[in-house]
Amino acid sequence: MSTAVTQKNRTGSGSCTDASAPIQFTFNGKSYQGVVGDTLASALLANGVDVVGRSFKYARPRGIVGHGAEEPNGIIQLGSGAATVPNLKATQVELYPGLEASSVNGWPNVDFDLMGLIGAFGRLMPPGFYYKTFMYPKKLWMTYEHFIRQAAGLGATPVENDPDSYDKLNQHCDVLVVGAGPAGLVAAREAARTGARVIIADEQAQFGGSLLASKQTIDGLAATDWVTAMVAELEAFDNVQLLPRSTAFGYYDHNFMAILERRSDHLGLTAAQGTRQRLHRVRARQVVLAAGAFERPLVFAQNDIPGVMAATSVTTYINRYGVVPGTKLVICTTNDSAYQTAIDWHQAGREVVAVVDTRSVLDGDLVAAAKALGINVIAGHGVIEAQGGKRVKRALIAPLNDDGSAVTGSARRLDCDLIATSGGWSPAIHLSSHTGAKPIWDEQIVGFRPGASKQQERSAGACRGTYSLAGCLAEGASAGAEAAKLAGCGDGNMHFPLPTCEEYAQQPQQALFLVPHTKSASRAPSQFVDFQLDVTAGGVELAVREGFESVEHVKRYTALGFGTDQGKLGNINGMAILANALGQSIAETGTTIFRPSYTPTTFGALAGRDVNQLFDPERYTAVHRWHSDQGAKFEDVGQWKRPWYFPQAGESMHDAVNRECLAVRNSVGILDASTLGKIDIQGPDAAEFITRMYTNSYLKLAPGKCRYGVMLKEDGMIFDDGVCACLGENHYLMFTTTGGAAGVLSWLELWQQTEWPALQVYFTSVTDHWTTATVTGPNARKVIAKVCNDIDLSNEAFPFMDWRDGTVAGIKARVFRISFTGELSYEVNVPAHYGRQVWEQLIAAGEEFGITPYGTETMHVLRAEKGFIIVGQDTDGSMTPGDMNMDWVLGKNKAFSYIGKRSLDRSDTVRENRKQLVGLKTLEPADVLPEGAQIVFDPKQQIPMSMQGHVTSSYYSACLGHSIALAVVKGGLERMGQKVYCPLADGRMIAAEIVSSVFYDPKGERHHVG
Amino acid sequence: MLLIHCPHCREMREEEEFSYSGEAHITRPLQPELLTDEEWGDYLFFRTNSKGIHHEMWFHAVGCRRYFNVTRDTLSYEILESYLIGTQPTITGATS
Repeated sequence: MSTAVTQKNRTGSGSCTDASAPIQFTFNGKSYQGVVGDTLASALLANGVDVVGRSFKYARPRGIVGHGAEEPNGIIQLGSGAATVPNLKATQVELYPGLEASSVNGWPNVDFDLMGLIGAFGRLMPPGFYYKTFMYPKKLWMTYEHFIRQAAGLGATPVENDPDSYDKLNQHCDVLVVGAGPAGLVAAREAARTGARVIIADEQAQFGGSLLASKQTIDGLAATDWVTAMVAELEAFDNVQLLPRSTAFGYYDHNFMAILERRSDHLGLTAAQGTRQRLHRVRARQVVLAAGAFERPLVFAQNDIPGVMAATSVTTYINRYGVVPGTKLVICTTNDSAYQTAIDWHQAGREVVAVVDTRSVLDGDLVAAAKALGINVIAGHGVIEAQGGKRVKRALIAPLNDDGSAVTGSARRLDCDLIATSGGWSPAIHLSSHTGAKPIWDEQIVGFRPGASKQQERSAGACRGTYSLAGCLAEGASAGAEAAKLAGCGDGNMHFPLPTCEEYAQQPQQALFLVPHTKSASRAPSQFVDFQLDVTAGGVELAVREGFESVEHVKRYTALGFGTDQGKLGNINGMAILANALGQSIAETGTTIFRPSYTPTTFGALAGRDVNQLFDPERYTAVHRWHSDQGAKFEDVGQWKRPWYFPQAGESMHDAVNRECLAVRNSVGILDASTLGKIDIQGPDAAEFITRMYTNSYLKLAPGKCRYGVMLKEDGMIFDDGVCACLGENHYLMFTTTGGAAGVLSWLELWQQTEWPALQVYFTSVTDHWTTATVTGPNARKVIAKVCNDIDLSNEAFPFMDWRDGTVAGIKARVFRISFTGELSYEVNVPAHYGRQVWEQLIAAGEEFGITPYGTETMHVLRAEKGFIIVGQDTDGSMTPGDMNMDWVLGKNKAFSYIGKRSLDRSDTVRENRKQLVGLKTLEPADVLPEGAQIVFDPKQQIPMSMQGHVTSSYYSACLGHSIALAVVKGGLERMGQKVYCPLADGRMIAAEIVSSVFYDPKGERHHVG
Repeated sequence: MLLIHCPHCREMREEEEFSYSGEAHITRPLQPELLTDEEWGDYLFFRTNSKGIHHEMWFHAVGCRRYFNVTRDTLSYEILESYLIGTQPTITGATS
């Protein structure tokens, strides 16, 4: 066939590949050919590409080891530009035409790597090397880190926006089955037939798991044919959802599973249509975990040379992909399963040099089958060292004692180009661990199996330590029936006869986690435990010698299991080596805790559609378009878009704000204040309730009257402020700050529902119902008079802090005479649907007075000139009314101990030297202090200086002709006239004088104006 | 992510609809002015921080906007019951 010419290791089609359908792709800039059904890893192996990356620390050449999520070496960057994806595993990337991939590690390239020289000095880089070597001098760490990171490389994140879209799907089901291998498939079928709603998810493109590479028969069918039939059977149920290419990556509380479905990754770098990935958020009544197991590699000297692979992965490449990744195979094993690899390799027509078994007596069925094929089996030996450079050239084998702890004779060489190892299996207990179930060490299976269930879940098959096919099928079926019953479906009995399959007699495996060398671990060539992060057996032992005892500490010190593979291959070996070094059992040593995510998950999928404008709702007032048409710059206040300032042609922000401020002070301005929170409060106990919430009293507030109030938390600290108006008997309107509206409503509801349910009072948020136009300035009354003829606007009939019902610009309106600017002000409230119309009428009416729309910046300057605080800017949750010099707002004779009152007498709130609100006037009038600047009393004090307060608000006041600032200063009210200093980050030291916080119209004559 | 039963709506709803509102059954003293600073401080700041059974308030913020109590195991996060404000839990544990 044509493809075989270029793909020297391709022997034909595997169970999942079509050798007659070539696909072109590039890896590290070179073109290759793979076939339909390949992963990037199988295609690279088919082409004889040995080196796929460099290790993180020593930059040693590394090749493909595994065939799935466990792969530590084949870490690649896919594509380039905006859609590039870093840190994918070549074993999980499905090949598509034109795929471009490159190694994430290796500089300048994987074959000639300058950093590889460091590998030659690997012995000089023990665990903690970076910390020990580069920490001093401390200030150079950033420089070191930059070069270390560049040299090490962990892929490049895209710098442009992700061109793809993602979505989320909330799902509910009765039984969720994770894994579609033999156990998962039969579990899903048993659950499905009860009528239960079933979801079965598998991370691979095809269902079947280990069966896709199996040569066993089930019910007389080839394993792959049986899988096909099972999938067809499941698809025929309308209560079953099949999710291939879907990884259950996180198991959260109350049986909530997060599943990432890759919808288009196998077709190209970006999705041609629809979403690239989908996050399924599944709430399952019952869960069956059938996640399988990982084969544990054996640890021996130089076991990281390309050409050392997991035995089951070799089997998978041969049977599933039609790829034999070498010519001469040596197998090193502690158990019977690797003999299948020898048989598969032999049947693929290539040479099995030897199966080296660490056990001295061998009698399993597969051993016999291998021997019958003439395969050389060497008992009681181990591969103690691999030799070669960028590819294995030979294996060094030596006789071992009975427990595998020591070499007992001289070593000899076996020439080969592939060493396949099997150290037994590690159940994939990750999802079970996410729930908090504590893994249990099981001597029988030589692995950790899932601990007692913490949620509605059970494990079945290999992830529970059951490795025989018949055992997996039996457990899966039973688990499926049980899960369905507990979800309320079926009677819990299995309905289908158990599929039949051949059983092999197996002898027990040997527990061996480090193949001994003729030299000790610290002297032998590096014996790698964690390939991705270059953790060696010697490194783990060194950590113990340096005093580390806890598995969690050793993990962090050596970085064992910290790579993107999360130690799926290396962790158990590492913990066993640690246990041995500590002289204790593995059970005593324990394991580290697996946490989500099982495999790396795209941020895009977690975000879904909640990006850009949909990240957070944007709220617009009814007048928004008008502001926009006028060229307003907007500011985010909570979710609201508020006009910030209205620049005219050629104006800077400073120019515009100065102009707007002067217009208000000298004639009239208009502000869109619609965003202020508004809560309609009704009920016979409304006044009593409001009085308990505010510091002052509302019991005698008559209809038509308004009052300013401050709300405290129970600790006495200012929480919100605003005006509350009495609309009628038992009817009030409470204004809150823009940002505090939602919190205040919840706060009112909390107290009413939990402490005072007997008080009859009801709250309704009416923020969005009203448009509020604040007309303010000495000419405000003249403007309102032009559009309102049914309210007597005279100061006597409609005084400050009153409100009136009336008609403004033909629309029913509530007009409030309250002021946040210190000028004569009318806040016109009309139903929001009429907002824009009334606004434009007010603009037209004000034209002859030069009415000037102004934004939040001018509002801030004007209120700061008056010393009015903004909660959240001048207060920070640690400020009492006294601190704000606002004791006048405390009701002295209130019968009920309002919220926060008692705390105002606490020793801490009455102590001397609290920070108090004052004004600051810079000695140089043009200097505007930065908000947040720290304040000191002694500018000559040595660093660290004693910080005495900070600037909370600071502006240039065009009206006053100098800068103004509000600040909180320790004992500030006693320090009027004193000088303070603000040392700035740029080296300047600005001097200022403490003055009253009211800079403008201290007697408040202007807003009372008649 | 928790699945919470709202006793007002009488339904299991997703945690996203609720907000947590702190330990339950903390009664505001009727006459705060009669308390010492220490007693008032206990009411203000000190909570049991139970390991195991814990009674806590939740607020169905984007649902019925009603507060209610929940008995939750702080080790397993299992919710054992939910009940109305003003009523007592049926499940109590040794709290410390």
